[in-house]
Amino acid sequence: MSKDLNREATTSEATNHEATTGEDWDNVLEQAARWKAAGKGVALATVVATWGSSPRPVGSQLAVDDAGGFVGSVSGGCIEGAVVQEALETIADGKVRLLDYGVTNSQAWEVGLTCGGKVQVFVERLE
Amino acid sequence: MKQAILDQLLADRAAKRAVVLVTDLSSGDGLLVYPAEDGSNGLDETLAAALDEAVRADRSTTVETPGGGVFLHVFNPPKRLIVVGAVHIAQPLARMAVLAGYDVTVVDPRGAFASEDRFPGMTVLSDWPDDALNTLAPDARTAVVTLTHDPKLDDPALEVALNSDAFYVGSLGSKKTHAARLERLRQAGFGEDALDRINGPVGLAIGAKSPAEIAVSILAQITERLRTDAT
Repeated sequence: MSKDLNREATTSEATNHEATTGEDWDNVLEQAARWKAAGKGVALATVVATWGSSPRPVGSQLAVDDAGGFVGSVSGGCIEGAVVQEALETIADGKVRLLDYGVTNSQAWEVGLTCGGKVQVFVERLE
Repeated sequence: MKQAILDQLLADRAAKRAVVLVTDLSSGDGLLVYPAEDGSNGLDETLAAALDEAVRADRSTTVETPGGGVFLHVFNPPKRLIVVGAVHIAQPLARMAVLAGYDVTVVDPRGAFASEDRFPGMTVLSDWPDDALNTLAPDARTAVVTLTHDPKLDDPALEVALNSDAFYVGSLGSKKTHAARLERLRQAGFGEDALDRINGPVGLAIGAKSPAEIAVSILAQITERLRTDAT
């Protein structure tokens, strides 16, 4: 399993003809289903709560494959790297995770939100 | 999430069926609930009330329960924009609205205007505007914009829109044109409260000149009505 977190999301094929909701530019769930169908391990990360100023609304999602490729977003790019890492752990062990990110988080120095908000992200494996 | 739930969710979304994914954040167990069809689907009272509110507000939310957090992920069908008049401005407006997440329908009974070629990927209806609007039944997640300048086409559409819950009603035309339009609608029996719902001259005052710029000003005003309480 690669942990190359800098890898860009690679798949853009077939997205042009799918309905976008306007808040889901990457068709995150469709991509998750395609990865799963291709035999990959897949995790979904979802913003389930926000406090204060936060870049993406509740319900925003990120899908991650077992090679660390991802589509979607759960922030303006501030915490995606950390969430992808947690998602890879989730793909490996199958346990759901509820993660808090924000300026009060002990990890703020590395993955905090510069906007000063807080987000809670739920990570689950696609079974 | 179970794959069967994901597959069903994708099918529901493609079918533009309102659905809520209810997820127990402790266990990851998920359940699909169809608010328009089976109501609360055995959820307890607190959760059912929160779900109704989330659907109505079009806002996903986490509810704290004695058993831990439960996430209500609302997948409402796309908001709708109905454009009456397949005129020049309608082309950029329809495309921009699709980018902003609207399901766009263009209505124009004049066949030459309402060609699918000019509105690729959008629904184009050549019905009379009042018939089309009555069929489309604008609701609180629908915006209606008339662009024809022609009272025979705009007015019947506006009459249906004003009797609906559409969150936005806009009508293209100068101040003079708009004043005349309001007078006709007054004669037709609409009160001032109803007439005040019409945004006219349409769009935010940003000095827009080209069709695309006017489309920006209209979409900006629709967004303002949707996202703020400025009415």
